[in-house]
Amino acid sequence: MQSIVEFKNIFKSYPGVIANDDVSFDIKKQSIHAILGENGAGKSTLVKILYGHVKPDSGEILINSDLAIINSPSTAKNLGINMVFQHFSLFESLTVAENLILGMNENISLTKLKDKSKTICDKYGFNLNLNSPISSLSVGQRQSVEIVRSLLNNPKILIMDEPTSVLTPDEIRKLFKILKNLVNDGLTVIFISHKLEEIINLSDYVTIMRNGKVVSTISTQNEDSETLGYKMLGYKVSKAKQVSDINFSQEIFNIKNLSTHSKDPFTINLNKIDLNLKKGQIFGIAGVAGNGQKELMEILLNENDYEFSGDIIFKDLKINALSTFQRKSLSISYVTEERLGHSAIPEMSLSENIFLSMNHKSEFKKGDFINFEKINSYASDVIKNFNVDTPSYNVKAGKLSGGNLQKFIIGREIMSNPELLILSQPTWGIDAGSEAFIKKTIVELSQKGVSIIIISHDLDELLEVCHQISVLYEGSLSNPLNVEDINITKLGKYMGGLFD
Amino acid sequence: MVYLIRVQLREDYSNLIFYLSPLVAVALTLFFGSFIFLILDLNPIESFKIFFISPISNSYGISELFVKATPLAIIALGLSYCFKNNIYNIGAEGQLTMGAIFGGGIGLLFNDSTSVFLLPLMILFGAIGGAFWATIPAILKTKFNTNEILTSLMLTYVALFILDYFVVGPWKDPAGYGLPKSMPFPDVGRLPVLIDGLRVHIGVYFALIICLITYIIYNKTLFGFKLKVTGLSSKASQYAGFKYKNLIFYTFIISGACAGLAGLFEVSGPIGLLYRDISPNYGFTAIIVAFLGRLNPFGIILSSLLIALTYLGAEDAQLFLKIPSAVGFVFQGLVLFFLLGTDFLNKYKVFIK
Repeated sequence: MQSIVEFKNIFKSYPGVIANDDVSFDIKKQSIHAILGENGAGKSTLVKILYGHVKPDSGEILINSDLAIINSPSTAKNLGINMVFQHFSLFESLTVAENLILGMNENISLTKLKDKSKTICDKYGFNLNLNSPISSLSVGQRQSVEIVRSLLNNPKILIMDEPTSVLTPDEIRKLFKILKNLVNDGLTVIFISHKLEEIINLSDYVTIMRNGKVVSTISTQNEDSETLGYKMLGYKVSKAKQVSDINFSQEIFNIKNLSTHSKDPFTINLNKIDLNLKKGQIFGIAGVAGNGQKELMEILLNENDYEFSGDIIFKDLKINALSTFQRKSLSISYVTEERLGHSAIPEMSLSENIFLSMNHKSEFKKGDFINFEKINSYASDVIKNFNVDTPSYNVKAGKLSGGNLQKFIIGREIMSNPELLILSQPTWGIDAGSEAFIKKTIVELSQKGVSIIIISHDLDELLEVCHQISVLYEGSLSNPLNVEDINITKLGKYMGGLFD
Repeated sequence: MVYLIRVQLREDYSNLIFYLSPLVAVALTLFFGSFIFLILDLNPIESFKIFFISPISNSYGISELFVKATPLAIIALGLSYCFKNNIYNIGAEGQLTMGAIFGGGIGLLFNDSTSVFLLPLMILFGAIGGAFWATIPAILKTKFNTNEILTSLMLTYVALFILDYFVVGPWKDPAGYGLPKSMPFPDVGRLPVLIDGLRVHIGVYFALIICLITYIIYNKTLFGFKLKVTGLSSKASQYAGFKYKNLIFYTFIISGACAGLAGLFEVSGPIGLLYRDISPNYGFTAIIVAFLGRLNPFGIILSSLLIALTYLGAEDAQLFLKIPSAVGFVFQGLVLFFLLGTDFLNKYKVFIK
């Protein structure tokens, strides 16, 4: 088969780091080509070079055997190269259709665009209301908008950066089907991932990158996740395994008959949720994005006095009306889905980010003053105990990679000795090494008697660490399933809403 | 799509440049300011001498520099609390006026007093007056979600009319030949000067003390931390458990009290009584001072001196160059314009196709 893209000796360095070091490989026409590597391996830089977002220091790119000088994303688009970024670039207050028209190179009326988008949505099964504002969409739906936006430009090459990290198995299956159909229609797909299973399932070829260099480019036919993982990391990853046969007795946290009655059409109303958590238990809440996870997390955090009926009970104490601050003081800890700008502030140092979440602790205060000495030593401990790769606690949080920052945030919460830890998407968009570390940490924590709730779209993650899993579907929570009794068919049915 | 100019957020914008950009803005102001003088057929170098150097070449001039810088610094320090919290209190001029009415009103009420407690009482009421006037936009914002920029600005004009009413009405000096001004305050209601014969007064000490307290609050206290967090991300501030509505009140009250204090210092210091034009727009100019000083307490002290100089320079330019004193406002405007420009270029890259 003919090559559509040829990378020839691409070099790109940033101060202190070589992002791409003599990268050369070919991508075959009408294939699905994965680029695999840890965070910081240079895969994002490479595709940004292809997309004209980043200029290489040296090296060439051939498109259809012709030398291509791609110095801006619009040149790339003219060459038929489109990209779906991991971090979406959508205008929150505009509708789906308005966002779509902003990405168009040609002049087109909104009505015409809506027709065209509708055709694409129907053909490939994207479930999107074109008139909804982006702010009301879940992460998964936002990704659909990004994909549709790219498809509207009739691309020849579609680059996708970590496309599956927010999707359910079902959605991933659908996405894969879509991508395969698109490839049959003549498209070439380049996708970046660190999920080994999906690379084997989806892609024809894979290029493995480590520390800016290409380790090898191979067909995925004779690979399995273990061999591929070894090639990616250069070492083996051990899986966290939950000990299942424990008798939990002491109840620690209860949700009783929790419902919300919002009239806002863009929020999901929760419907009679019951949840029962024992000491030392890890409870997973699975489900497709946009089924009430956001709302449930808001109620658990209580940042905005979200209105609801029913009761939330922590250690025999009704905490319905308690503020975030008061709940934290009762030793409930939270890790939110968004890292930057919610559970951490990128412009602030790591030390300041410790105090962000720990300002309820009297040991960090002297009256109205802040005890920076104590905070700094706490920060050092978090960095040391949770393998956070950073030169100092004075570094700004925004300078850390996603995985490192997440280890820091989870470490910050764990070091405060919570009795209940509530995590939302704890390993979303982070590298495999950090992901494994975080899962292991969570399992160990539960063995010390800490109760944990994980809200996640990542089923593999939940199956790996949880004792029990319930599925959230359109605001209703299923009965809990013990992990050892779960089979994927049953879980798939639950995720489609088929439970009592 | 065809763009002529495209802007893009810089991934890594420089902190050093953030603190240097006021200097760049001042340099650009001088550069383009020289064209203004050229257009007016004046020698730019001579004009700058008259504008920026001759006003402070004697002790009287330096005293006047501090007289002008003191209210600017005090108001700007107060405003920095609001601005750090992303609250845009534009109504310091009104809060200043209310401070002058409250504090000055006490001075007029006890007109025959000889007590040393009169001045402290006036200062207290000055601060209360300013804080009271600032509470109104705070309530409107927290209860009805109104835009504080509009309400605080509009209340400025209300305050000015209230002052007008008092000086032409109930507080008019019966021996004042019908002029719209009050009786002078008693001697014990006047702000002590630092040096006999000059106008510089103890407000300078207040400015420095407020500066130090502000520095400590910003860098060492939980309250300062709350302001910083809320200014950077309101979501993170909720996660941290901070109550945004309380912060709105606190910051409005602090900035209002500072403006009120500055207003009282003006009337009980250099002026000595109440009349219509007690402030040459100090409340608005202090907004420029606050941003030029990068919302940093020490930076604000420096920028207040610089902007005070434009007031003095404008007076001298009117006298010696025969050009309108509004040139001073032109320079203030230029500084703000170039500061916003350098900040923008520091934050964003601009491509022109």
